[in-house]
Amino acid sequence: MPRTKPKVVRTSLAKAPTGIQGLDEVTCGGLPKGRVTLVCGRAGCGKSLLAMEFLVHGAVRYGEPGVCMDFEETEEKLRANVASLGFDLRELSKRKKLAVDYVSIDRSQIAETGEYNLDGLFIRLAQAVKAIKAKRVVLDSVEALFSGIADSAILRSELRRLFQWLESQKLTAIVTGEAGIETLTRHGLEEYIADCVISLDHRVTEQISTRRLRVVKYRGTSHGTDEYPFLIGEDGISVVPITSLVLTHKALTERISTGIATLDEMMEGKGFFRGSSVLVTGTAGTGKSSLAANFASAACARGELCLYFTFEESPSQILRNMRSVGLGLEKWIKKGLLHFNAMRPTSTGLEGHLAVIHKLISQLRPGVVIIDPITNLVSASGSYDVKSMLVRLVDFLKVEQITSMFTNLTFAGDPQERTAAAVSSLMDTWIVLRDSKPNGRPRRELYVLKSRGMEHSRDARELIVSKRGLELGIVLRDHLQATTVEGTSTAAAAK
Amino acid sequence: MAHPDQKLSADMKKSAAKKQTTKASRNDFYRLRLYIAGQTPNSIAAIANLKKICEEKLQGKYRIEVVDLLEKPQLAKGDQIIAIPTLVRRLPPPVKKIIGNLSKTESVIVGLDLQPAR
Repeated sequence: MPRTKPKVVRTSLAKAPTGIQGLDEVTCGGLPKGRVTLVCGRAGCGKSLLAMEFLVHGAVRYGEPGVCMDFEETEEKLRANVASLGFDLRELSKRKKLAVDYVSIDRSQIAETGEYNLDGLFIRLAQAVKAIKAKRVVLDSVEALFSGIADSAILRSELRRLFQWLESQKLTAIVTGEAGIETLTRHGLEEYIADCVISLDHRVTEQISTRRLRVVKYRGTSHGTDEYPFLIGEDGISVVPITSLVLTHKALTERISTGIATLDEMMEGKGFFRGSSVLVTGTAGTGKSSLAANFASAACARGELCLYFTFEESPSQILRNMRSVGLGLEKWIKKGLLHFNAMRPTSTGLEGHLAVIHKLISQLRPGVVIIDPITNLVSASGSYDVKSMLVRLVDFLKVEQITSMFTNLTFAGDPQERTAAAVSSLMDTWIVLRDSKPNGRPRRELYVLKSRGMEHSRDARELIVSKRGLELGIVLRDHLQATTVEGTSTAAAAK
Repeated sequence: MAHPDQKLSADMKKSAAKKQTTKASRNDFYRLRLYIAGQTPNSIAAIANLKKICEEKLQGKYRIEVVDLLEKPQLAKGDQIIAIPTLVRRLPPPVKKIIGNLSKTESVIVGLDLQPAR
C-alpha cells in the first residue's frame, strides 16, 4: 500500500495526501490543504471509512494530527471500525495524534426558546483541535444537525460560518453528506463547499455490485474526471488504477524466455521483451493454459515471482493438468515463487476483479502476471467494459514493468471474436493457437501473429503437447493460406 | 452569578448522597445549568430571562449555575452542548435541555416542565 507514489502535477495548490491507494493519484496529490472537502454518497457507500482513513493516515504517516467530530457513531463503535483497518484508536488518542468527539443529537431533548447559535459546537471543535494541534478535521456526518436543529436558517448560516472557520484555521477537512434524490447531498451541503467535492456510489448491475468514486469538482487543480472503481478490503479503501493520462512507461530491452525453447527461437531466439504484454488466443483445447503455465514456470525458474490469476479452473486442477504435460508447478508454490489466485468471474464486478488484481500485484510485486482466461471476464460484463478494464490493467502492468500474459478463448466460426479484436491492439505480442486436420489427423498449430519490436518468425508450427512438455514441431507449409483468418481454425479446417 | 465548577460538582455529590433522605424536597427542587459563551446579547438575555421565569415560577426552589464555555471549553462535551445558549435541567430527573435565549417564556415553561407555582 505505501508504494503508490502520487503523480506530481505542477500546481500552486497545496495538497494533503489522503494515503488512500489510488485516491491521491486521482486527485493529483490529495485533498486541498487548508480547505473543506465534501464527500457524499448514499448510506453504506464508504464515506465514513474514507474520512477516517484520511485522518488515521494523516496522523500516522504524514504527521498531521486529526480530530473527528462524529455525529453518528459513538467513540466505541468508531474505535472498532478503525481497529478493523489495523489501527488502534486508543493508542493514537493517547499519543495525541487523534481525537474523537461524539456529538449526540437527541431531538426529543431539545426545545427551542429563542435565538441561538452553534457556538457550543465551535468551542468543542476548537478545544479538540487545540489540544492535539490538529491539522485535519472530519465532520461525519454534519447533516445529522438538520435532524436536531429545527431552525434551518440558523443552521445554514452556522454551517457556513463553521466551514469558514475551518478554513481560517487552515485545517484540511472532510465533511460527509448523505446523497439526496436529485442533489449531491440531502441538505445541499455542496452549496457551501466550493473547493472539492467527491461523490461515492455503490451500484448493482446484474446482481454484481461495484463501488465507484468520482471527483465532482476540485477547484484550481487538474484531476481525473472519470468514475473510478474502488474496493473496500481488509486494509481499507483502494481506488483502482487509473488510466494514465500519458504514455510514458519505459520500454525495456531485456528479453525473457517464453518457457519453450522452440518458441523462443521463433522470437529471435530470445523470447518476450520484459514488461511487454502477451495475448494467447485459441479455440478450446489448443493449449493456452499449458503455454501460460510454461511461461509461469520459466519465470519461477529464473527466481522471479509469478502471480497467476485463474478464472476457469481451480489451482489444484491446473496443477494436475500440468503434471500430465510434464510440468511440476508444486515446487514453485512451495518456494513461494508461484501464487495462484482463483476467482469466479461472477463473484464480483469487473472493476472488483481489477481492484483485486491491482491490489495483489501491488502487494506481491511479481515479475510475471498471468490472467487465464480473460474470456470468462466477458461473461461478467460487456465487451466494452472488458476493454476499458484491460486498458487500465495493461497500462498499470507496463508502468510497473511486469511481463503479462493473457489467454483468450476464441470460438470456431466466429473469426472476428470481439474481445480478441478489441484487446489485441493493446498487446505487444499475439500468439495464435488453433486446431487443424490437414490429413484427417488433428493437430495443434501455433504462430506468432505479431510481436512488436522484434523480427519474429511468421511460420506456423505444430505445437506438440506430450508428457515431456510442450515443444514446437517443424514449420508447416500450408501456413500461408491458413493465416488469412486470424486466430481461428475455420479457414484451416475448411482446407 | 457564575459559580466555580469544582464547587458545583461537589454540590452535586452532596445532593446525590442526600437522595434517599430528602426525596420529597428533591422532587420539586430545580437545579439548572446555563451554558453561555462570552457576554453576547443572547447570553445576557438568556440569563435575565431565566432569572425572571424562575422567580415567577420556582421561587426558593431553584438554583442556577452559569457556565461560560469560553472559560471552561472542556465542559461542553459532557453535557453534549451544541447550541449556545443551552439550559440544562439537571434536577429533577429526567435531564432536559432547551436551547435559545429563553425569550419565548411559554416554550421555556413547557421545555423545563415547570409546574405552575402552588
